[in-house]
Amino acid sequence: MQSIAAAPHIFWAILFIILPLIIVVFYAFTDANGKFSFSNIASLPSYASIFLLSLELSVIATAICLLLGYPLAYIIAKSNPRNQKIFIMLLMLPMWTNLLIRTYSIMAILDNGGILNTLLNTSMHIVGTKGAVIFGMVYDFLPYMVLPIYTCISKIDKNMWEAASDLGCNTFTTLTKVIIPLSRSGIISGVTMVLVPSISTFYISQKLGGGTFELIGDTIERQFVTGALNVGAAISLVMMVLIIISLTVMNKFGDPDDGGIIV
Amino acid sequence: MAKLIELKGISKSYDGEKVIDSMNLYIRDKEFITLLGPSGCGKTTTLRIIGGFETADEGELYFDGVEISVVPAYKRNVNTVFQKYALFPHLNVYENIAFPLRLKKVAEEEIQTKVTEMLKMVALVGFENKSVSTLSGGQQQRVAIARALISHPRVLLLDEPLGALDLKLRKDMQNELKTIQQAIGITFIYVTHDQEEALSMSDTIVVMADGEIQQIGTPTDIYNEPKNAFVADFIGESNIIDGIMLEDKKVKLASHVFDCVDGGYAPNEPVDVVIRPEDVDVVAPEAGMLTGQVTSVTFKGVHYEIIVDIKGFKWMIQSTDYVAPDAVIGLYIEPDAIHIMKKSKYSGKFGDYSSFSDEIDQLSDADSAEEF
Repeated sequence: MQSIAAAPHIFWAILFIILPLIIVVFYAFTDANGKFSFSNIASLPSYASIFLLSLELSVIATAICLLLGYPLAYIIAKSNPRNQKIFIMLLMLPMWTNLLIRTYSIMAILDNGGILNTLLNTSMHIVGTKGAVIFGMVYDFLPYMVLPIYTCISKIDKNMWEAASDLGCNTFTTLTKVIIPLSRSGIISGVTMVLVPSISTFYISQKLGGGTFELIGDTIERQFVTGALNVGAAISLVMMVLIIISLTVMNKFGDPDDGGIIV
Repeated sequence: MAKLIELKGISKSYDGEKVIDSMNLYIRDKEFITLLGPSGCGKTTTLRIIGGFETADEGELYFDGVEISVVPAYKRNVNTVFQKYALFPHLNVYENIAFPLRLKKVAEEEIQTKVTEMLKMVALVGFENKSVSTLSGGQQQRVAIARALISHPRVLLLDEPLGALDLKLRKDMQNELKTIQQAIGITFIYVTHDQEEALSMSDTIVVMADGEIQQIGTPTDIYNEPKNAFVADFIGESNIIDGIMLEDKKVKLASHVFDCVDGGYAPNEPVDVVIRPEDVDVVAPEAGMLTGQVTSVTFKGVHYEIIVDIKGFKWMIQSTDYVAPDAVIGLYIEPDAIHIMKKSKYSGKFGDYSSFSDEIDQLSDADSAEEF
């Protein structure tokens, strides 16, 4: 009975998760004629600088998201239940708009002749800088940082706050000695959920990077658009492996009982 | 002993409902005081006001002569053992106990000495590196006590700390708590709904109901000289009968005039009369001051619990001798077993065993866990 109920899910998983993975692996290790080859993997070191740039921008964006997102999550979790719902809705609201459209809107605001420059009557060159790409990443992915942290903080027993205060913690030490350690799994989930899409994004860098630089996501996209499926697959495969390794490392620091996202 | 804590006219409401109504109470240094009452009587709220987790709507709170009504919890020389322990799950046993000292940046060697001393006191040596989530309820309780005592507070607040433990462990912990309190010589303020716990541990008991103090006294005073029907019923078992005080030392109840030891009432004043079940002797019907028919007999181990119908009022009697159900028996009561109380708003609500059931008692005990 159980196996019958699970059948559609297993079928789905094979068709859309396992099979594509096998195809990626297949393409990564073959040449254009379908012969086994290491040449795709061997060509990867030439993309190292692009990869490092992607890593740099996404790490900075993740750090900014954490610095902005943790206090926000904390404030929401501490406010009264009615306001909590409103705050969470406001946070989710932009996510109802398509990511691509949001990115275009940012471009319209930041562009050379855009809304910001018109309003301030300046001619700042923002689009095409690293700053603009980071801004786009932060804007698009901030809710993914706030939500898991908020969930984690609001689940902390009221007694923990009181015990901290009772034992001599002021508001600040309650946060640093008790609340932050207890919300560690939320932080790990948030970091994962921002870092992974940031590192592999391509449209944010295409639009807000203004074509001046390329991230690893753009490189992969370009391979597929130009028909270099094998190299594209090889880069994707290596990216996947790197992400899995870094998630595993991060989970080591998580709470083993309810560690954020388990790989 | 000097007054250490004093509550003056403290009131507190939640959503317009008064939980504590202009309460006055002082607590002496080094005493073991228990706030006792049923769920919703305001005892936990009182404790939380003393601990600094709630602020009173009205009134003042003094600590050692200084007003501390608005001083935050972390600045008060008072520590709490929480009902559900509230140990920090991210720290092991040692670090939980060391937590208050680390905050004060105490030197490492001193921390080690003090934590070891505390571990010895609560008999948890060898558990230093265990995660608190692997401990049993009783062990977690000990860690919570050690953590609360390590910074030498003047007062320890305990909010139904034994509520989650099983009966045997509870008895052991009662003795242990009392021993600890006497050994370190600080004030314990203990909140419970368990009258037996209160009687066996306390120097002073404060009986509360409906946000008001009903009686303050030593355990023997509270048991032997209850002030009103509520206290008499809540502490131990009692038959509470309507009586008329004919004159000093003469009370009429159930159509019989009894000699008693109390006086100071107006002639023919209606009163509540308390007679404890263990103070009634079962005798032959013709030798009894009262006679009645047995309606039920329950064996309780040490004694039989006998319910007797006397003129429509059900009395409870505890006797080591068996009597048969439906038998007619006589009751003999000594003058000093009769305790007279003034009529109060609780008169007539308690002390009749016609609807008595052990199960109901236990149910009403269990629901108090969620009170705060």
